[in-house]
Amino acid sequence: MIKGLGKWVDDRLPVSHFWNAHLAKYYVPHNFNFWYYFGSLLLVVFVLQIVTGIWLTMSYKPSAENAFASVEYIMRDVEWGWLIRYLHSTGASFFFIAVYLHIFRGMMYGSYKKPRELIWIFGVLILLVLMAEAFMGYLLPWGQMSYWGAQVIISLFSSVPVIGPDLALWIRGDYVVSDATLNRFFALHVIALPLVLLFLIGGHIMALHEVGSNNPDGVDIKENKDDSGKPVDGIPFHPYYTVKDLFGLGVFMFIFAAVLFYWPDGGGLFLEHPNFTPADPLKTPEHIAPVWYFAPHYAILRAVPDKFLGVVAMTVAILILFVLPWIDRNRTRSIRYRSTAFKVNLFAFAAAFIGLGYLGTQPPTTLGTLASQLLSAVYFGFFIALYFISRRERTQPVPERLQ
Amino acid sequence: MIRITFFLCLIGLLVAPNAKAASSNYPLEDAEVDLSDKASLYRGAQTFMDSCASCHGAKMMRFGRIGDDLGLTDEQLAVLMPDESTKPGDVIETNMPAEYAQETFGIVPPDLTLTARVNGGDWLYTYLTTFYADPDTAWGVNNAVFPGVGMPHVLAAEQGLLQPVYETEGEGENAKRRLVGLESPERPGTLSEEEFEQKMRDLTAFMVYMAEPAALLRAHYGPYVLAFLFIFTLVMYLLKKEYWRDIKH
Repeated sequence: MIKGLGKWVDDRLPVSHFWNAHLAKYYVPHNFNFWYYFGSLLLVVFVLQIVTGIWLTMSYKPSAENAFASVEYIMRDVEWGWLIRYLHSTGASFFFIAVYLHIFRGMMYGSYKKPRELIWIFGVLILLVLMAEAFMGYLLPWGQMSYWGAQVIISLFSSVPVIGPDLALWIRGDYVVSDATLNRFFALHVIALPLVLLFLIGGHIMALHEVGSNNPDGVDIKENKDDSGKPVDGIPFHPYYTVKDLFGLGVFMFIFAAVLFYWPDGGGLFLEHPNFTPADPLKTPEHIAPVWYFAPHYAILRAVPDKFLGVVAMTVAILILFVLPWIDRNRTRSIRYRSTAFKVNLFAFAAAFIGLGYLGTQPPTTLGTLASQLLSAVYFGFFIALYFISRRERTQPVPERLQ
Repeated sequence: MIRITFFLCLIGLLVAPNAKAASSNYPLEDAEVDLSDKASLYRGAQTFMDSCASCHGAKMMRFGRIGDDLGLTDEQLAVLMPDESTKPGDVIETNMPAEYAQETFGIVPPDLTLTARVNGGDWLYTYLTTFYADPDTAWGVNNAVFPGVGMPHVLAAEQGLLQPVYETEGEGENAKRRLVGLESPERPGTLSEEEFEQKMRDLTAFMVYMAEPAALLRAHYGPYVLAFLFIFTLVMYLLKKEYWRDIKH
């Protein structure tokens, strides 16, 4: 009976074809390590944000007058509201932790290289939209940091030559961040951007499943197939990686829950303390700090003395990722077989990113600005150095099969 | 090795203390907040209603919620309520009209529901215990962690008025005096030093609870959730090992 129904559906909708193409007969290298958990984890966190977001909108009031109080209403009077809100706010931070580690994985193992350039480009687009999504979501609690953070970031657009002031006005819908801004950010945050994200994630995964996953060795497993056409070094995603990823999910959720139940504001990083004061357009806080995941870019912005050039530097810092597949001219994918120069360069980049992240949360000091300038130079220097290092790089021979 | 260093850096980034907008460098004292001590929270709630709520509201806190969370009887809860017409669903509101407050204090006393979340329990406790005599201000008092505070020392009768110890920095016209410590009051208050500190610890604990009543729920459910996830992860690990037995890697 069930089988008959299954066949009836399958004749009309390619369910089993989909199942096989993407799970049961989708062949993946068997040597994935720690760094390969984050893709599936990101998918879970995305769903978590959507689901908790839906429940939050049931009680949240997107108006300057009621927004702050409605969030506290969720925290206090809505059944399990505190849990839903913390899942969403902690989820946002964990989204970025996982995204940054996922990107770093791609950079270590050369996952952006031919034939995976388009997967990478989809990925950078996802990062961009995710940043916009997080930025707009951060305005919604309508606390002091929400308000002044948005005020500072939107005013950056006014430094664009000629159209700047009109552009900032168009984004805000008012001369200052106001009820109009809150309403449009709410609309973009709950429907427009999540929809865009959904399509981009779909593209990211479709492109991935077309060419297949890279691996820590950077070996092309499709080069070695057995008589039946299966990659010798590949194993079906399901059940092997479904169970492995479930284990990874368990570890991730354990850490996530530990933070949520015992440290939900992350020491002021996940939920900034001043944001528990309602937005006050007449009272500028002493120190306006972005949330931690924007801090590296904010530090780059502040490192440049000229405002507009700072905005350009900050924008380029993200957009330059789009051309990474063409900046890196070496064909060897994995860091395991690349030169010491490449390794040093990459880890200096990671260290600079973390250092900038720290500086971006701190109030500006002369020494801090100097450090930000130095680390910004390391950040951009990574791409320039990579272009030259990768030209005649002495790499080690890549094995034929997975090690 | 490099990988381990990288992780340490990441963890360092997460736990790096976030700069707080502190306008004073006076060292904060540990408030020793213990939210599981319901008796302390109840004493703090009484102090709040007696000494704070006449000027400050806490408009996001309902009386009924306090009763439920602290396990109070109706009689115990009634002690906290301003009058007999108060219902459990009511929030903590002040009787002081905003116009009157503006005229008298030059400012409307802020709502205190979330103060502990903004400034932290340690700041709050230090604030409550470091009012000192300063004839240059309107109320004759100042505060070590909130210089230029607009509030009079409401509990001066109980604590006595602490005397400041200054240190002079720089010379001539640039000389600045800096608060380095506080001395016992000339005339002692009605409470001993220990009694007053305990009272302020209770009040701080209550305000930390009031800022996030869900903290009690977090503490309650946390162990069960973590225990479940631990077992889930263990089972998944064994399942993974079982499935992967035949994979050479």
